[in-house]
Order: sequence, then C-alpha cells, then structure tokens
Amino acid sequence: MTDTLEPVGTAKDIDQVIVRFAGDSGDGMQLTGDRFTGASALFGNDLATLPDFPAEIRAPQGTLAGVSAFQVQISNHEITTPGDAPNVLVAMNPAALKSDLGRLEVGGTVIVNVDAFGERNLAKAGYIDNPLEDGSLAGFTVIEVKMTTLTKEVAKDLGVKPRDAERSKNFFALGLLSWMYTRPLEPTLDWIDAKFGGRDAIVAANKAAFHAGHAYGETAELSEHHYQVRPATLEKGTYTSINGNTALSWGLIAAAHKASTPLFLGSYPITPASDILHELSKHKNFGVRTFQAEDEIAAVGAALGASYGGHIGITTTSGPGVALKGETIGLAISLELPLVVIDIQRGGPSTGLPTKTEASDLMMAMYGRHGEAPMPIVAAYKPSQCFYAAIEAVRIAVKYRTPVMLLSDGYLANGSAPWKLPDVDTLPEIAVEYASEPNQTNEDGEGVFWPYLRDENLVRPWAIPGTPGLMHRIGGLEKEDGTGNVSYSPENHALMTDIRQARIDKIAEDIPLAEIDGDADASLCVVGWGSTWGAITGASRRLRTAGHKVAHIHLTHLNPFPPNLGDLLRSFDEVIVPELNLGQLSRLLRAEYLVDAKSITKVMGQPYTAGEIEAALLEHLTLDLS
Amino acid sequence: MTNTTQNPATSNNLLAEKDGVPATTKADWSSDQEVRWCPGCGDYSILTAVQMMMPDLGVRRENTVFISGIGCAARFPYYMNTYGMHSIHGRSPAIASGLAIARPDLDVWVVGGDGDMLSIGGNHLIHALRRNVNIKILLFNNQIYGLTKGQYSPTSEPGKVTKSSPFGSLDHPFNPVSLALGAEASFVARTHDMDRKHMQATFARAHAHDGAALVEVFQNCNVFNDGAFDKITKKANRDAMLIDLRHGEPIRFGADREHGVVLDAAGGAVIVNVAEVGEAALLVHDETHPDPAVAFALSRLASNPEMPTPMGVFRAFDREEYTAASEAQMATAKDTDGEPDLRSLLHSLPTWDV
Repeated sequence: MTDTLEPVGTAKDIDQVIVRFAGDSGDGMQLTGDRFTGASALFGNDLATLPDFPAEIRAPQGTLAGVSAFQVQISNHEITTPGDAPNVLVAMNPAALKSDLGRLEVGGTVIVNVDAFGERNLAKAGYIDNPLEDGSLAGFTVIEVKMTTLTKEVAKDLGVKPRDAERSKNFFALGLLSWMYTRPLEPTLDWIDAKFGGRDAIVAANKAAFHAGHAYGETAELSEHHYQVRPATLEKGTYTSINGNTALSWGLIAAAHKASTPLFLGSYPITPASDILHELSKHKNFGVRTFQAEDEIAAVGAALGASYGGHIGITTTSGPGVALKGETIGLAISLELPLVVIDIQRGGPSTGLPTKTEASDLMMAMYGRHGEAPMPIVAAYKPSQCFYAAIEAVRIAVKYRTPVMLLSDGYLANGSAPWKLPDVDTLPEIAVEYASEPNQTNEDGEGVFWPYLRDENLVRPWAIPGTPGLMHRIGGLEKEDGTGNVSYSPENHALMTDIRQARIDKIAEDIPLAEIDGDADASLCVVGWGSTWGAITGASRRLRTAGHKVAHIHLTHLNPFPPNLGDLLRSFDEVIVPELNLGQLSRLLRAEYLVDAKSITKVMGQPYTAGEIEAALLEHLTLDLS
Repeated sequence: MTNTTQNPATSNNLLAEKDGVPATTKADWSSDQEVRWCPGCGDYSILTAVQMMMPDLGVRRENTVFISGIGCAARFPYYMNTYGMHSIHGRSPAIASGLAIARPDLDVWVVGGDGDMLSIGGNHLIHALRRNVNIKILLFNNQIYGLTKGQYSPTSEPGKVTKSSPFGSLDHPFNPVSLALGAEASFVARTHDMDRKHMQATFARAHAHDGAALVEVFQNCNVFNDGAFDKITKKANRDAMLIDLRHGEPIRFGADREHGVVLDAAGGAVIVNVAEVGEAALLVHDETHPDPAVAFALSRLASNPEMPTPMGVFRAFDREEYTAASEAQMATAKDTDGEPDLRSLLHSLPTWDV
C-alpha cells in the first residue's frame, strides 16, 4: 500500500478515527468490530482494538448488563491504543446508547438503530423518555437508521427466515460504517463466503445487508460524514492483524520448534485464557499436545509431569487459576524443572470481572507461594509482543530449569494490532540439554548421578526418565545439595534456600538491560509494565509534542529486574508508575531500590487511555515547573 | 494388549521376559535409601512384593517411574531404584497423567494412600480412571491417616473414634473399588499386604493392562489402626472371608468352597450356600464384561473388612487407552497438516505488505 491514494469521491481526509460498536450480546458486535478491523488492517491502517463484553454469554436481552462493545482506532500513522473517546458510537439499542454515550467525544456522532428504540427496550435500558426525542442528545450528531427494517426488506426474497434476516442487521451497520470511512468491501464479502459457505441463504442475506448499509450511506444524504483514513506509513514488511492470545500461542509453538522439543499444554478453560488452549489444540502437527484437565491443579500438575518427561510443560490460566496452581508451582521450584505458567490477568479478587482487564496479579506472581519460592516473571506489553514474551518465558524456563510466570491481561489477550511478521530464521534457537552421563564418582570409583549437582549458573541437570544409569528420585521434601537425597539438616535448608534465590537472581545477567524510551535527560520517568505500554507511549508522545520532556521505561522482566534498573531510576528526579492495580510495581521498586516511585492507579476493568495518563503526568510536570 | 484370563493368585509367570532387557533381581530395583516406615508397617511387604515382581515384568528400570503424592505410602518412590517423584498431596494421578501422555514409552506407576487418593486427590483419581491414561495406581488403604498421626480417613468405618473424632466419625466411607468402577475404570483389582504372591500377581496384571489400572491394597497400619483387616486377611480367616475372583469360573469360597455368589433379581450380589442353590446358579466371574454393573455388585458384597470380601481382578475391560488415542491424533495431524512450518503458521491469517 502507498500513501498517495487519490481522495475517494467526496471523502474528506482524516488522520484517524475511533469507532465504538455497541449492542446487545446477541447483536454480533464483536464480529462487526472484528470485520471493520480486518478490512482496515488489509487496507494498511495502523490500528488497535478494545473488545469490551460482559461475562454472560447472553445476558437478559436489551439490558445494560447485556451490552457488548468493540472499540477500534484506525489511523494513517503509528498508534498505540484503541483511542480515548470514540468519535463515532454505533448503538444498536437503547441500552448500548445509555451505557456507552458517556464515552463519546463531545460533539461526536451517534448512529442508532431506531427500530430498537421501542417502549420495551427503552424501559429495559432505564429510559423514561426516548432520548432520541427528548433533546438529551442535542450535543451530538445523531443519525437514526431503521437498520432492522431495512435489513429485513433486502433479505425478504432471499429464502431466510425473518429471524435470521434480522440477525444480519450488524452487517448493515458494518456496511454503513464501511461507506462512511471508505473501507474496502472485498475482505468482508470474502469473509462472509468463508464463514457461512454452504449456507447460501445466510450468505446472501448477510451480503445484502452489508451492501444495503453501504448504499444507505451513499444515498441518504450522509455526505458530510464521508471520510477516508489513508494507510499508515509503517516500516516495510509483511503484516498481519493479531490479538495477544494468538500471538502468545504462536510464540509457544515457535519456542518449542526452536528448541526441537515437544510442547505440552495442561489447561482448564478460564476466561480470558481459554483461546490459548483453543489455538494450541489446532497445531498438533507441531508436536503440540494439549490436555484439558479436570481442574486448574491437574492442569499444572500434568504440565509439570510432562516437563519431568522432557517436554516443555505449559499451563494457561487467569488469576483464580493461579491461586489454585500455587502449590504445584512451589513443587516445580523445589524440583527445579522447566514450566511456564501463563496468567491472562483479569479483574479480581475471586471471580471478579472475568471479561475485564486488570493487572493486579504481579504480587501473586512474585510472592504467591508458601515458603521462600522465587520464580522469574516475564510480562507482555502489546498484542504482537506476546509472541516474543512467550519465547522469552520458554527460554528462561528451559535454560534455568525453573517455572516462569508469564503475565498478560484480558486487554492484550483480546485486543488486536498489526504485527510486522518476523523472519522465522532470525528467531533465536533454544538449546535443550538432557543429562546423559553420571556426573559424580562414588567411593568405589563408580559413576553415579547426583540430580542436584549444579553448573556455573546454579542450574541442575535435566535427567529425564528413559535415560539409562541416571535413575534418581526427586520430590517436594527438602533435599541435600548435590545428591538430592532427602535432608532435614538446618544448614542444608539454609543453603538450598539461598541457592534457590541466587539462581533466580543470577538470571539478571542474561536478560536485556532496561532502556529509556524518549528523553533520557527528562527529570520525570514513567515506569510501566504490561499493557499500559500503549497508553503510556501515547501520553508521552503527546506531552513531548507539547514541549515536555518525558522518559519512559517499560519493564518486560519483573523478576529479576534488569541489572541497570536501579541506577536508571535514581538518575531521575521523579519516578511515576501507572498501573492497573493499587500500586504493586511501585512497591516492588521502592523496596528494591529505595526510590520514591509514585503510584498512579486505575482499577475499573478498563485499560488506561493515553489521555488519563497524560493528565496524571501533566500534574507532576506542572508541579515541577512551579 | 489383551487381558489374560489367569487367576492372579496362581500365575507366577504372567509375562515372558522382553527381548534384550537384562535380567534383574530384587536388589536391582531397591534404591540405596534407608526405608523409614514404622517397624511392622504393611508398607514393607508391599514394597517387597513390588521389588520382587519387577524383575518378572521384563522391563527396564530407566523406563519405570513411580510417582506419589503425600502420606506414608507416598514415600514409596524413594525406595525404588527407578525414576521417581514424591509430589504433592493428592495430585499424583494428574502429574502421572501428564508424564504418561508425554512419554508413552514409560511405565508410570502411582502410589498413594486412602487419604491421598480418595480425599484430597479424589477428583484426580476418578478423572484419571475415566480417561484411561496408561498409569498403574496402587492405593494403599489402611483406613486411617498415618503421617498426620491418626485422624479418620475417607475409608474409615462410621463411628470410628480417632483424635479428630472423639465421639465417633460421622462420615460415610468410600469403597475404593466401587468408586473406581463407578468412574468406569477399565481395570480394578484388590489385594492385601498379607499375601505377597497375590500382590505380585495382581500388580503384574495391572501392569499388563493397557489403560488406567487401580489396585486397592488392604494395608495394615500397626500404629494407628492395627488389625483393621485381621478378620479377613489373617491366614486362619482367609478361606472363610476372602472371595477369590477367577475369570471364567463360578464365584465360590469357603474352606470347602461351600459358599458362592449369585445375582438377585435386582442385580445385587448375594452370598449363598452352594449346596442349596446348585453350582449352575452361581455367578460366573467375567472381568471383561463391558458393563461395570456386575463388578460393582461384587464390590458391594462387603461394606467393611469384617464381611466376606472379594479379592483379585474385578474388572479388566479393553477400551481405548488415552495416550494411544492422543498419539493417533498427533499422527493424523502430521498427515493432514504436513510437516510443521513456522513461516506458514505466522502467515496463516490475512496478511498485507507495506
């Protein structure tokens, strides 16, 4: 794609637009948003998405609790977030309007399916008066469209039942938005063929609704709402639009492939991690075994059993599941076997907000086990980077024979963004070495095997069952340094506890140094981890554009920290740590480095917007100036 | 693998040595670790039976793994000169399942007690059995918590007075064989720690079975529940109190084999006097029956170890083993999807060039 396209008809050029599709859980809003995104990706825009849906599969129809929304920002330049306030809200019913109107920018555009604004739906949404008639939308541009009526009209001779015809109305909305923002039609038409192929009437109805929506924009005097967002000038390469869970799954497959070692996933379905189980279960030809266990504990247990057998054992879950896996993670720490525990964080505690994002499991990852039980922590920060984070987690687990916690979150898991695909040959090889020989000599001069004899990195040999001559027993009881025999000696326990800590600390020598993004000479440094990357990056850019200096350090390794982190932090007058929790990283930084890391926090089940972080940073920046 | 039809109590040469596997002795299967069970514990005789049986199986030590949970029985792997893992309370069937699925070339054994397997680990046990993963589970049932010093267990009899039940236990106990059959385990057997040959033969049958196997071993805890099984397992009592299950034969027991088992109209197993009903009326034991209902009825004959109790193989039914099915899916995927190609994977969603 190039950026020299001629304007399309009367379409006005804009740099970016933020669209939010909102409707009932059954209205197909996730699909609609996903298709708008897919067409925009193929068109060459940069983009970022925020699917925002309820935990219920079908909440009571027409209610506020049942509203499912999908926000996407598309742009002609590089962006890092799905945008702050939407420019356009598509509201398929009164509940969607009521629930999401507050997010819309001042003076933004609302497109409503006026057919859904009957008395019953208005009442379900808690409206006493019809907002389309009572003047409450005066500050917005409101486009009322009879989507249901028009969709049924075009589908009536296509052989679909009226109920199925009505279900195509989301494609009407998609067609209309596709006209408004000059999206190519082919990707969506192709997608309908592929998705509903064989069911001719459904294909015809969806296509007819899509075309009708498009034609509606063209004919119904909406010309002042006709825009185009040209392709973004991104780095040269081949791109795909990827969400975090898919990228993470592929990263696991790539890591196992580069390690020439089979991958074993033990998992129990849990939102928002299940899609990793779904994705990995498709790729058995890569030697991937997936085991849907009876519970979270069995899932991690089976993964650890597979690791003991020489596979790369993985378990995927979300917060409540990590709590259940804690004891087995402790065993893995004691056994010193590779294991990757993937936590797709969500709002907690307890069942909390299953479909909403939060990053409040850092302390659990760090300390959530009994005993002194350190484990490395790797955190992903954007959808495509979940791929590399997964590879890094596997690399550390395999090389250092330790469980590794890989933290992602619901926002990364389901959010999409373009990914410049790597050349697979450039991905690092991962060396896997199993012990094959005795490593010690006994009093009689015979070779024997000591399972806890360590190398220079304090790493013990990985001697897998099936290896002749290396039979040995390991377990959760404290074992003697070297021989691995059960030992209750006080001195030995102190030694082993120290070693378990030291061997994790030593990994700091083998991870990338922390880097400053932005102004190294700034007095203020923002330190982030995880999915806040997009919002912090966006906020920092805006502040720099406004003449401020801002440094940004984004941590991908949270245990151990990069070895230069303390010096870097101490070089700034002010350290600000925005987090989707109540300040967990800031506490770790204060404890580790005695720096006055100030916390800003958000726990609303929603990611930070760039605007929120910009405002918070601005307070500190203006204080500094005053 | 097919099921044998020999009586476990009399078949000592169940398996021929496999080609190329060096002959071993009991000593080869014993680790250098000092055994730390209480003197007189039934676990010793079970350990001896296993160590004596292993040379007969014709398998290699390095391909043999013992996995246990927590409890007295769970110390077992430390004493075997094989690969072994002493894991977490209750979780050994799950860990063993992962190992067995990842490594079909291994013999994976699981050892645990009644608390480990039926209380904290009950969930993993039933799921491992229903899945039919190729693991061999030895459940040492002593009807008490030993390592925590004498609380009632999920197999303790109702009313049992222990440290945690000074007024008598209120719990209704599990019958491990009934539980396993209810989970449709493909192999279920029972043996006891007073009869080493029966143990060896029963364990060997479990090993020969292709799928998950559960063997309940009545095991005496001489410290906290001494003599729990005396009324049936003492030599003098065995003829009258142990019902020897032999595949293909009418079920009879007693010093003169004067008692027998019949099914009543409701499908329940009932003990009868053979002289009264005639041998033709007796239930012929069929361990290979696809429906576990008859085996279940047999498991209900005794609700405590003071009643005539069936011993031997209740069920040895041939159904698809999980790992074999899993490997078949892997092979099919290779045929269908071809050799793994990372680049194709990464380009499998719509792409565009900039």
